[in-house]
Amino acid sequence: MTSQSTRPRPSDLAMAIRQNASLVAAIALFLALFLVYNWFHPKGFSPQVLLQNGNEAFSLSLVAMAQTIPVLLGGLDLSVGAVMTLINCLASHLLHGGPLQIMGGIAVCLGAGAAAGFLNGCVVVYGRIQPIIATLATGAIYVGLALFLRPKPGGEVDENFSWAMTNGLSDFAETFGLGTGGIWDYIGWIPVSLLLLLLVVFLVWVPFSRSVTGRTVYAIGSAEGAAYMSGLAIDRAKISAFTLAGLLAGIAGLFLAIQTSSGNADIPQAGSYTLNSIAAVVIGGVSLLGGAGSAIGAIFGAFVLRVISFNFRIFDVDPLLQPLFEGIILLGAVSLGAIRVLRVKNTLELFR
Amino acid sequence: MTMLETPSRPRFALADDTRPIIVASAFVLVILAVGTAYTLATQGTMTLLSPTYLLQQLQVGAFLGIVAGGMMVVILLGHIDLSVPWTLTAAAMMATAFGGAKAIPIGLGIGLLVGIINGIGVAYLRIPSMIFTLGVNAVMRGLMVAHTGGFAPQTAATPLMNDLAVGHLFGIPSALFVWAGFSLVIVVLLTRTAFGRYVYAIGNKEAAAYLAGVNTRAVIVGSFALCGLCAGAAGVLLAGYSTKAYQGMGDAYVLPAIAAVVIGGTHILGGRGRYLGTLVGVILIVLLNSVLSIMQMPEAGRQIIYGSVIIGMLLVYGRGSKVTS
Repeated sequence: MTSQSTRPRPSDLAMAIRQNASLVAAIALFLALFLVYNWFHPKGFSPQVLLQNGNEAFSLSLVAMAQTIPVLLGGLDLSVGAVMTLINCLASHLLHGGPLQIMGGIAVCLGAGAAAGFLNGCVVVYGRIQPIIATLATGAIYVGLALFLRPKPGGEVDENFSWAMTNGLSDFAETFGLGTGGIWDYIGWIPVSLLLLLLVVFLVWVPFSRSVTGRTVYAIGSAEGAAYMSGLAIDRAKISAFTLAGLLAGIAGLFLAIQTSSGNADIPQAGSYTLNSIAAVVIGGVSLLGGAGSAIGAIFGAFVLRVISFNFRIFDVDPLLQPLFEGIILLGAVSLGAIRVLRVKNTLELFR
Repeated sequence: MTMLETPSRPRFALADDTRPIIVASAFVLVILAVGTAYTLATQGTMTLLSPTYLLQQLQVGAFLGIVAGGMMVVILLGHIDLSVPWTLTAAAMMATAFGGAKAIPIGLGIGLLVGIINGIGVAYLRIPSMIFTLGVNAVMRGLMVAHTGGFAPQTAATPLMNDLAVGHLFGIPSALFVWAGFSLVIVVLLTRTAFGRYVYAIGNKEAAAYLAGVNTRAVIVGSFALCGLCAGAAGVLLAGYSTKAYQGMGDAYVLPAIAAVVIGGTHILGGRGRYLGTLVGVILIVLLNSVLSIMQMPEAGRQIIYGSVIIGMLLVYGRGSKVTS
C-alpha cells in the first residue's frame, strides 16, 4: 500500500486519455492534417472549404460507423459498401416529387437499409455462419439487387432537396422557408452534412452504446462465452447490431444519392468503401478482435482517410504517386498497432 | 473395432470434413445438369458434357485454383490474404516488363517477396492479417500505378508464359499441369510434413502450438510466402493467357478464391479443411460462372445467384456451433 500512497493518483483526464490512447491519436492525427490542409489551402479556414469537406467525408464516416458495430462483436461486415450502393440506387428512384413523396422515399430507404442489415443478422445468428463469409455472400446479393435497380448510372433526386442537404444551414432554412436573417446569420455557415453526422451520433450511436443491447455487443466481443453465461440476450444483440449497421450504411447511401443526384451500382466503389471502412475503424482505435473502441473513433478514422486525399490536392502531388502515398500512409497507420508487441511482457499475451 | 473408436458416430456417417466435399461435388453435377438441360432446350446440343468444354473450363479455372490453393493455407492458419489482387498484378507486370528467361523467376519472386512481407507483418508485428494485407495491397497498387503511369503496360508476355497458359501437352491444356503441380506441393505440405501439421495446429490454437514448441512465426511467414508465390504464379499464367499484363487483372480473384476455399469446407477461422474441398470449390465456382454466362444471365442475376449459392452451401454444412461457455 505504501508504494501506492507515495505515487500521486493520475487525474481523471489523464486516465481518460490513457484509456482512449488510440482514439486521441486518431483525433490528433486528423487535427494536424486538417490544420495543414487549411493552412495551405488558398481559401483555408472558410465555410466553403468546410462545406465541401463535410459533403465528401459524410458517406465514408457513416459506412465506418456501420462497420464499427459488427467489429465490436468480433465479426466483420463485408456488405456495408454493398448496402450503401443498394440504398443509393433505391434513393435515386424515390427521392423526387412532392414533399410527402420525398419523406416517404427517405423512410423506405432507411427501412430497406435496416432490412438488409437485419437479413445479415439473421444469417449470422440463425444460420450460424461466420459474419465475414455471411456478409461476403449477402454483399453479392445486395450489389446484384442494386444492379437490378440501376443497370446504368442515372436517376434523379429533387434539386431543391439536394441543394438544401449539401449546403450550409442558411440555405437549408431558405429552401424550406424557415426564414432568413436573425439566428441564421450566426449559425448559417454550419454545413448540413456535419450537423447530420452529429445528429446520427447523438440520436443513434450514443443511445445504442449505452443501452443494455449496446453493452451486450461489447460483452460479446470481449468474451462471448462469458456473456452467454451472464444471461445476456446474445442473439438479440447480434441481430440489432447488424440491423443498425445496415441502417447506418443506408444513411450513407441516401446521402450519396443526395450528393450526386443520381444512383450508380458501382461494384468497385462498393468494394472500396467496404475496405476503407475497415481501415477507418482500425485507425480510429476499434479493435478488430472485438469489444473495444467506439463509432466516434471510426468517424475520425474516416476523416483521417479523407483529409489525406484532400492534402494531395493542395500539394499538387503527382496523381500517379498518390495511390503509393495513400498505401504507405495506410500501412504505416495500421502498423502503429505493432507498438503493443514491444510492451508485452509475456509472449502468451500475444495470442489473444 | 477397437475400444478407441468414438462410440457416438454411426458406422456409415461421413466424417465432418468429407461432407462438404460430397455436397459440393453433388452441386457441381446439379450445375452441369441444369446447364445441359438449358443447352438441350435452346440449341439441342450437350456442349457442357463435351471433353473440350470441360477441359477449357478447367484451364480457365487453373488461375483461380492456384490462387485458392495458397489462400487455403493462409485461411487454415486462421488468417486471410487480401493482398492477392495486386500481388498477382505486380507479378504479371514485372514478369512482362523484364521479359526473356528472367520473366517467370521475377514474377514468382515478386509474389514470394510480398508474401514474406505479409508474413512478417502478421507474425512478428502481430497486426491482424485482414488489415495488414489490405495495406500491402494498397502499397503494391501504388507501386504499379507509379510504374506503369496508370495505363496497361506495353510489354508482352514471353512465349514460354504463353505456352504455359494456353499451350497443350498430350492434348491437355498445360495450365492444368501447372495447377496440378501446385496442388501436389500443397497437398504434400499439408498432409505429409510437420509444416502442414503446424499449420492446422496454429489454426486451432496458436498459443497451444507455441507452448508445444512450434516455431509459430516461421510457419506463419512460410504460409504467407506460399500464398504470395501462388498469387505470383497465377499472375504470370494470367499474363501468358492474355498475352499482356493489365491494371486490375487480379481484382476478380480474391473474393472468389475465399469463396471457393470456404465452399470446400475449410473453416474461415482456421484449423479445419481439406485441399480436395478447395479443388471442388474452385470447379464449382468456375462452372457456375460459365453456365450463368451460357444462359446469358445479366450481372445483377449472377451476383444474386452467386451470393445465394455461398449461403446455401454453408447452411447445409458450414454451420458453426453456438458459443455457450
